[in-house]
Amino acid sequence: MAEFKHKHIIALRDLSKEDIELLISTAESMREINNRDIKKVPTLRGKTIINLFYEASTRTRTSFEIAGKRLSADTVNITTSSSSATKGETLSDTALNLLAMKPDIIVMRHSVSGSHYFLANKVNCSIINAGDGAHEHPSQGLLDMLTMKDRYGRLDGLKVAIVGDITHSRVARSNIQGLTKLGSSVFLAGPPTMLPPGVEKLGNVTVCSSMNEALQDADVVMMLRIQQERQGKTLMPNAREYSRYFGLNPNNIKLAKPNAIVMHPGPINRGVEMSSSTVDGEQSWILKQVENGVAVRMAMLYHVCGGEMGE
Amino acid sequence: MSSDKTVLMDGAGIKRALTRIAHEVLERNKGVSDIVLIGIRSGGAFLADGIAQQISVIEGGEVPVGAVDITLYRDDCSGQLPHQAVGKTEIPFSLEGKKVILVDDVLYTGRTIRAAMDALMDFGRPRCIQLAVLIDRGHRELPIRADFVGRNVPTSLKENVQVIFDETNQPLEVVLEK
Repeated sequence: MAEFKHKHIIALRDLSKEDIELLISTAESMREINNRDIKKVPTLRGKTIINLFYEASTRTRTSFEIAGKRLSADTVNITTSSSSATKGETLSDTALNLLAMKPDIIVMRHSVSGSHYFLANKVNCSIINAGDGAHEHPSQGLLDMLTMKDRYGRLDGLKVAIVGDITHSRVARSNIQGLTKLGSSVFLAGPPTMLPPGVEKLGNVTVCSSMNEALQDADVVMMLRIQQERQGKTLMPNAREYSRYFGLNPNNIKLAKPNAIVMHPGPINRGVEMSSSTVDGEQSWILKQVENGVAVRMAMLYHVCGGEMGE
Repeated sequence: MSSDKTVLMDGAGIKRALTRIAHEVLERNKGVSDIVLIGIRSGGAFLADGIAQQISVIEGGEVPVGAVDITLYRDDCSGQLPHQAVGKTEIPFSLEGKKVILVDDVLYTGRTIRAAMDALMDFGRPRCIQLAVLIDRGHRELPIRADFVGRNVPTSLKENVQVIFDETNQPLEVVLEK
């Protein structure tokens, strides 16, 4: 039987195909808890989880908090706007202070790529990455894969189109890492200024010259948010032009397979990367993604607590 | 494995035991009304299906069958949780006011049963829980006993009792390993 041996979950790049399959299968089993009248199991009773968020988040933070609570862990939220970080405390000092309070897991979101590896070297508790800069967002990648598996029963052989600002997207990076390990083929499209060079070397990844080429016969269409806070003003002329070339609308969605699903990690800029009708349309599985987020995060919390300490 | 194996029961013997348990369940509860069967994954869930089949043969009615995975309710790994996958709990009906027959393959320390009862309580308040096991091997560590037993097998702590299932989840045999 497969065993999960990692103390931290920082990037899907660090996990094997078997690790990812185990996390998805545990999430599938845990999903049932969220539909009970009493939505709680005693599994992580007595464990303390700190959600340390240096960047804004609604979905991910709430989802991690609910996941912890449904497993009976004690969860504490720290958002930096109301913490000592605004007074100039370094990440390292914050971490050591938190550690003195003996948490079992720190779930962190930080704007600096790789900051979780830095933190993992300083602390003895488990670290889960809830998004680091433009690096990875493993829980989002896993919940996206679970959602695709719900629709198709498999990931092997799926054609997944990812459209938008690939360079700044940790969601895209985690999905590319995970999906290629599980046998899907990934097709990327976006403005040339938003496509990272060398991305096709990551495995079964094709960089398309137009959005239509990526959408052609896709099983899954994943639209990314234009990250105005991360990219500044220089990468695209304006939102209307972006929408014309890289927005999903009722016409170009027909290029994908007839029953293809449409996904978006949220928050959505309606009318920019997706027209409102495609957000609310029958092919949209966006809310299913959010629902799966809780189960996936429960599985992550459960498995880092269970893994052999010190890999 | 090079260890000694003794076959305690074969497939036909197991089937006879399950048939008898089905009769006893019906006798004790005076019919099938309000009865639900919940098997403990994985062995108990397969046996619950077998008992349910026998009950419908005897009484004609269908009995709801569910399955519970107790991984999330364990107590035997404090600090260190098991790192295996978690099985699915499938109880697609309310347990409120039901007579629950909890089914497991081997009754040993009783800790699995404790965990399963905790899990069941999260699905409502059953009228009662009765325990049916294929094998009772003794060595209880909690005040738990079975209401319906296929066979009592006195064992030593060094021995291991296993119910083996085939690929279609039908019970093949019960073996004692030394």
